[in-house]
Formats: sequence, C-alpha cells, structure tokens
Amino acid sequence: MYKIVKKKSLNPTVTLMEIEAPFVAAKAEPGQFIILRVDENGERIPLTVAGYDREKGTVTIIFQIVGATTEKLNHKQEGDCLQDFAGPLGVATEVDNLHKVCIVGGGVGCAIALPIAQKLHAMGCEVTSIIGFRSKDLLILEEEFQVASKELHVMTDDGSYGRKGNVCVPLQELLDKGEQFDEVIAIGPLIMMKFVVETVRPTGIPCKVSMNPIMIDGTGMCGGCRLTLNRNGEKVTKFACVDGPDFDGYEVDFDEAMSRSAMYRDFERHAYEETCNLFRKESGKNA
Amino acid sequence: MPNINMSPKKNPMPSQAPEVRAHNFLEVATGYTEEMAIDEALRCLSCKNMPCVAGCPVNIHIPEFIAKIKEGDFEGAYQVISVSSSLPAVCGRVCPQETQCECKCVRGIKGEPVGIGRLERFVADWHNAHSTEKPVTAPSNGHKVAVVGSGPSGLTCAGDLAKKGYKVTVFEALHTAGGVLVYGIPEFRLPKSIVQKEVDNLTAMGVDIETNMIIGKTLTIDELFDKGYEAVFIGSGAGLPNFMNIPGESLKGVYSANEFLTRSNLMKAYEEDPVTPIMKGGKVAVVGGGNVAMDAARTALRLGAEKVYIVYRRSMEELPARKEEVEHAMEEGIDFRLLNNPVEILGYENPEDKRDPKNGFVTGMKCIKMELGEPDENGRRRPVPIPGSEFVLDVDTVVMAIGTSPNPLIKSTTKGLEVNRRGGIIVEEETGATTREGVYAGGDAVTGAATVISAMGAGKLAAKAIDDYLNGKKEQ
Ligand SMILES: Cc1cc2nc3c(=O)[nH]c(=O)nc-3n(C[C@H](O)[C@H](O)[C@H](O)COP(=O)(O)OP(=O)(O)OC[C@H]3O[C@@H](n4cnc5c(N)ncnc54)[C@H](O)[C@@H]3O)c2cc1C
Ligand SMILES: Cc1cc2nc3c(=O)[nH]c(=O)nc-3n(C[C@H](O)[C@H](O)[C@H](O)COP(=O)(O)OP(=O)(O)OC[C@H]3O[C@@H](n4cnc5c(N)ncnc54)[C@H](O)[C@@H]3O)c2cc1C
Ligand code: SF4
Ligand code: SF4
Ligand code: FES
Repeated sequence: MYKIVKKKSLNPTVTLMEIEAPFVAAKAEPGQFIILRVDENGERIPLTVAGYDREKGTVTIIFQIVGATTEKLNHKQEGDCLQDFAGPLGVATEVDNLHKVCIVGGGVGCAIALPIAQKLHAMGCEVTSIIGFRSKDLLILEEEFQVASKELHVMTDDGSYGRKGNVCVPLQELLDKGEQFDEVIAIGPLIMMKFVVETVRPTGIPCKVSMNPIMIDGTGMCGGCRLTLNRNGEKVTKFACVDGPDFDGYEVDFDEAMSRSAMYRDFERHAYEETCNLFRKESGKNA
Repeated sequence: MPNINMSPKKNPMPSQAPEVRAHNFLEVATGYTEEMAIDEALRCLSCKNMPCVAGCPVNIHIPEFIAKIKEGDFEGAYQVISVSSSLPAVCGRVCPQETQCECKCVRGIKGEPVGIGRLERFVADWHNAHSTEKPVTAPSNGHKVAVVGSGPSGLTCAGDLAKKGYKVTVFEALHTAGGVLVYGIPEFRLPKSIVQKEVDNLTAMGVDIETNMIIGKTLTIDELFDKGYEAVFIGSGAGLPNFMNIPGESLKGVYSANEFLTRSNLMKAYEEDPVTPIMKGGKVAVVGGGNVAMDAARTALRLGAEKVYIVYRRSMEELPARKEEVEHAMEEGIDFRLLNNPVEILGYENPEDKRDPKNGFVTGMKCIKMELGEPDENGRRRPVPIPGSEFVLDVDTVVMAIGTSPNPLIKSTTKGLEVNRRGGIIVEEETGATTREGVYAGGDAVTGAATVISAMGAGKLAAKAIDDYLNGKKEQ
C-alpha cells in the first residue's frame, strides 16, 4: 500500500498528492509516469510524475478530476493509502544539448510540463514558458513556472487572467520575432498540441509532444495505447507506454489519437455519474 | 470390479451445457467424480515401456499415479505427480494432451487414449479439497534469489528454490501474481482461485511476492544483484502483441487479444458494472487459430456478442488450439471461417459531420479466401490467397490473436543479456543459464509463446541449476 502523505487542492478541479513510493521516487525522471489503482477493485490509470523527493521516498502527482477514478482518488485524504502505484514507466524526456527551449502547457498538462521546465532551468537552459487555462480559477503552478522560466506568458481563454487567447498566440509572436529555440515542448490537450505543432511547423524547429492515450498495463503488453506516426511517408505504429510518452509532434497522427481517446466516452460518462451518486449518497448518510 | 476397463471411449467430462455456459463465466468442465476417475484409471494398461511418459514434457510418472487412482489412493497419486510437476491442477486443465502425453498412449491406437489430463486434474482437485497439510517452510540457507515474473515458470522456480531453503522474492509488473494464468486464460477454463491457491502456497513457504515492480524500470537486474540477490531467474513471458499491419487496425473496436482478455480477466470487465470498459455485444471477429483466439472468441460470446467468428488463414487440420477448446467453441456456436485472411478493417466515416460520435468505429472486416499450397519447410501447407475472392464480414469488434513476442524491456536495460532474432533470451538448454553470469531464464521469455507445462519445466530446471551454481560458489 502506498500512503498519501500530502494532499492539496490547486484549483476546484485539480489536486496535488504526494505519495510514499520509495522505489518509484528513487528512479523517476521528468516525463515519466506511474500507473495507480485507488482500491482493490479500481481501474488502472496513468498519471505523470509531477515531482519526486528521493530522500523522502515520495512522488508527487497532479491530477484533474475528469471521471470516475480521478473522482474516487480525490476522495482520499492525507494518511489514506492507495492500492497500487507502479513505475516509473515510459521514457524520460530528453534534455541533452538543449540551451533555449519554449515550453507550452495547457490546463493540467502544465503539471506534466513543470518538472521538465525545472530540470532544464536547473541545467542552465533558457526556458520560455507559455501556460494556458480556460479561466482564472483553473490557473495552476504560476509561481513555480515563474521561478523556472526566464520568460512566462500566462493565457486564459476568457481573458479573466493574464492575456486573453490561446497559447498559440504568444508562441506565434515569439516565432515571428525570430526566437531561435532549440526545441518547443508542448503538453496539454490533444487539440492544443495539434495546433502548437502546426504553429511551429513552418519554422522547422523540433517540436515534441507528450501523448496520453488510454492505457492499461503500461508495460507494452496490451497494445491499447498504440498510436500512428507518419514517418517519411510511412505509417509506423508505436506503443506510447514504452516508446513514449514523448513523440516528435510532426509525425503524430493527432486525428486518430483524438478519435481513439473517445472510444469509451459513453461508458466513462455513466461511470462518472455513478461514482458521484455514490459519494453523494455516502455524504448524505454521514450528514 | 473388473481390473481393466476395455471401453474404447474416455469417460466423458461432466460439463455445463453449451447453451448455458455460453452466457456465464463459470468453469465449463466440472470434473470427474471419484467413481469416474477410478473407472477411467482402469482403462490404463500400466504399459512397461510407458510411451505416455515420453510424451509429457516433464515426464510425469503417468502409469504410477494412475495405479494409485485405481487403488483409491488419491493422495498417493498426488504425491507421484508432484515429484515432476508443481502445477497439476493447472496443467491437467490446459495442457494440449492430444499432442503430448495422450497422443502416445497405446489405448489411443484402437480407440480414445486414457484421459490422462482429466485424471491429473481430478487428483490435483481432490488434493486441494482434502489436504490439510500446511506447506513446509524449509530451514533458511541464508541465500537470496530474485525471480522476475509470476507466470508458471517464475512460480515454479520460486517454489523449488524455497523448498531448498532459499529466500526468494518474486517481482511482478502487474498488480496480481499469476502471469498469463490470470490475465490471459479466462475463468471459464481456469478458475482464478486455482492460481491463487498456488500463489498462496508459495507465500506460506516464505516466498515474498512484490507486485507493481517492473524489472528494467523500477529496478534493473544489476540493481537486484546490488541488493544482495545472488542469482536471478527471468520468467517474464512473451507479452508483446503482434498486429497484422493492415489498414484500419487503429480503428476503435480493434483490440489485441492481450488487451481484450486483460480487460475482461484481470480488470474484471465481465462484471455487471465494471470499472474498466470493454466493447460488449455486437458482432465480433477474432483473427487467429490458437488457444488465445479460442479464449478471446468465447470471452466475447460470454460478454454478450450476438455473433462471433474465428477467422483463420489455414484449415481445421492446422488449427493449433487445444482440440477440446475447439470442440467447446463449436458447441457454443462460434462460427469458424477457415481459409480466410483479413486484408483491411473498415470503419465508419461521416465526412459531413466530423463530430459524429460513430466516426472511427469498426463496421466490417475485408477478408480474402485462401487455399492451401505447397508445404513449407516445416511440412505445413502454406496458405495462398485466391485472387479476386475478397468479401466483407460485417463486424463491430475485431480481436487480433496472431501471436506475441518477448517484451524487450529487460533486454534493453541489462548489459550482456543476449537475445535471438525473435527477441527470445538465449539460454543454455540444460540449465537455463543466460549469457550473464548468475542470470537464468525460462518459459515464453526464451521460447516465445509456448505452453504452461514447458514454462513450468523450464522453471524447475533453472531452480536446480541455480542451486548447483550457488553451491559451487559456496565451495570455492
Ligand atoms: C502517460 C499519461 C500521463 C498522464 N498524466 C496525467 C496527469 O499528470 N494528470 C492528469 O490529470 N491526467 C493525466 N493523464 C490522463 C489520466 O490518465 C486520465 O485523466 C484518467 O485516466 C481519467 O480517469 P477517470 O476514470 O477519472 O476518467 P474517465 O471517465 O475514465 O476518462 C476521462 C478521460 O480520460 C481518458 N482516460 C480514461 N481512462 C484512461 C486510461 N486508463 N489511460 C489514459 N487515459 C484514460 C479518456 O480518454 C477520457 O478522455 C495521463 C495519461 C497518460 C496516458
Ligand atoms: C490467452 C492464452 C491462452 C493460453 N492457453 C494455453 C493453454 O490452453 N495451454 C497451454 O499450455 N498454454 C496456454 N497458453 C500459453 C501459456 O499460458 C504460456 O506459455 C505460459 O503462461 C508462459 O509462462 P511464463 O512463466 O513463461 O510467462 P507468463 O505466464 O507470460 O508470465 C510472465 C509474467 O511476467 C511478468 N513480467 C513481464 N515483464 C516483467 C518485468 N519486466 N518485470 C516484472 N514482471 C514482468 C508479466 O506481467 C507476467 O505476469 C495460453 C496463453 C494465452 C495468452
Ligand atoms: S503435465 Fe500435461 S502433458 Fe504431462 S501428463 Fe499432465 S497433462 Fe499430460
Ligand atoms: S500408454 Fe496409456 S495405457 Fe499405457 S501406461 Fe500410459 S496411459 Fe496407461
Ligand atoms: S498500455 Fe498496454 S501496451 Fe501500452
């Protein structure tokens, strides 16, 4: 069992937890992920390593409440335990030979992007960060990004904080100014990453994206996480859990990935409602 | 009671009726009674030259254990089997007896062979139901061995080493121990409780089972040595699924058999209100002809499919699955489309409305008819497509059960561990020793997808070799 040593709400839909998992903490690197099960009969879900403390043996996860499992997870409190916590999985984000990088994070994707920004910053790399949210109350990790970046752009869709617009707006401006990034790293919703790739493509600057397809085992056993890359005119199938989660954004077939991620939409909606009902009933009983 | 039963037929296996079992996940075959077992045992002629024994990959003393059944000494029969096999309750159920022990049985010349597998299963089940003896913990010899993977090879290797006093830790990537026995082979063929019993026995013997440990990621083989393990056995199986590389394989509703079976078995998607989703109902095509394909097809049926096809490119004769499973599948109404090969999976596309939720789901599978041509180097007649014979099978779900390969995760993180062209770890046949000192391997990780009994045998062999190796080291 894996103890929750810290829980903090970052905004109404995003929660941070620090979990006691010494084996994972000893090895984890930015860009890798873990797979957890909340309880005995839980679903296996992947979450990115948002931080780690090798001495304390803890791993930080930051998750958005989107469905049944993340809802259930959010009901766990400090001191409670998680049934399973396996990792670190996937390939760590490559940071060698990077001197000037633009990091683009969207929503909860910022949690995945932050450790990479921090690592690059600590290596002496010049980091420009662009983080975007739907509105002010969904903003997370601004201070942390501030510390890790030379330049930070905060965007909201509705203009309730920072600048109004999506993350591609400042990115386009920076590129137009002729900023010479070694790489652009985009992490967020698939649709956002797709547009970031299209914004960067004309410049030829390498653009990396972090893919998050539906996973089960996370070890290359089921093939459920497969995605298609268009590599030199040929279609190549890769398993995101072992070959990724980072991929060359120019190669990824985003439309297919978006379609596949919606495979169980009806099921998920039903499960979410059921779980919420359950918690509502329970809290009703306690009250 | 006569002391020989000359009936040309095996005692039939009591089973759930096909129309009943097609809708539940309970075990299909319910097992012999004591009377049936004795009656079947009496069909054995106790041949002096014991041809059947040579057919069993681990050479169980077959006539000897059957003789004990004839006497009604079921526990004695169990003791005979356990000299050679650690998993009789499993192997009695899932061994392809028709190509192993039973195919060599002399009774098979003029009729059906002795039901060796059924008897083995009976004996193991009888022991599990009646035995009160606790597994003995051997006095510790102070040496630590690590086992990677908790499939039949790993469980067996761990058990044999524990019996010799080794402190054994099994590292398993998933959250439950058992390997393919829990995530692949379905409940209706091998109840999970049987596998769990084997795992519980090991823990009672002092073996530690650490789940959620992905060797090569969480810890490497080298780190296991750093932690004081003096030898390592790799039994990581052949879990990497193959796809056909035909158009449409990324459509929604196309699964690898591993994914389909893992969702249903390990994640219990067959339950009423499961937490892990799976496509239920509709029309399902399973591509392949092995045990995995049969399991996927029959699982789909039990999940509520209205129609299930097996699409296989060769003929009935070449179908590699256990005979009994093929018969069961047919009785349950699985539609075998033999000499057919998929060329493309078709999907729904509504260019008018990109947001149509049906977009990207499977609507059919285009196949081509095949005929058997010249035999290949293995003497199997090679299937060749018949030009112009394409047709479309109307389906909503496609399950690819066309084989698996060893997972490269351990190889890629272990220096000096050599693998062959197909990704199988290279070992010395008699010992299971790999190209790395102190590292042994066996089961599907070495051979590619094979059988439970051969994986078990490899685990036994390696346990002995590891013991010899560490004894040799002590003497030095
Ligand atoms: C490598 C990787 C890293 C991730 N990191 C984070 C992270 O750091 N923070 C975060 O909030 N989210 C992260 N996700 C997404 C997270 O796994 C899903 O939000 C979570 O599984 C949703 O589960 P649910 O039951 O609450 O919601 P559901 O109702 O089941 O699903 C809601 C959404 O989550 C997706 N999803 C469902 N099940 C899975 C699954 N088993 N694997 C992947 N996606 C699934 C669905 O496509 C759907 O869009 C990551 C995903 C991957 C693959
Ligand atoms: C659906 C299906 C049906 C089958 N039916 C039959 C049958 O009827 N009869 C028969 O004889 N055989 C059958 N087989 C084949 C048989 O199950 C296998 O040959 C046998 O299980 C192989 O045993 P193993 O110990 O080598 O590996 P596995 O059973 O594959 O176990 C390997 C274990 O290692 C774990 N692992 C993998 N990598 C790592 C890692 N890096 N770190 C830690 N753990 C790891 C895996 O999670 C798994 O639990 C079937 C197989 C399948 C898939
Ligand atoms: S282990 Fe398998 S092959 Fe050997 S006797 Fe038993 S059923 Fe036959
Ligand atoms: S070959 Fe058949 S009849 Fe002869 S000993 Fe073996 S099981 Fe008995
Ligand atoms: S999650 Fe199963 S192969 Fe990637």
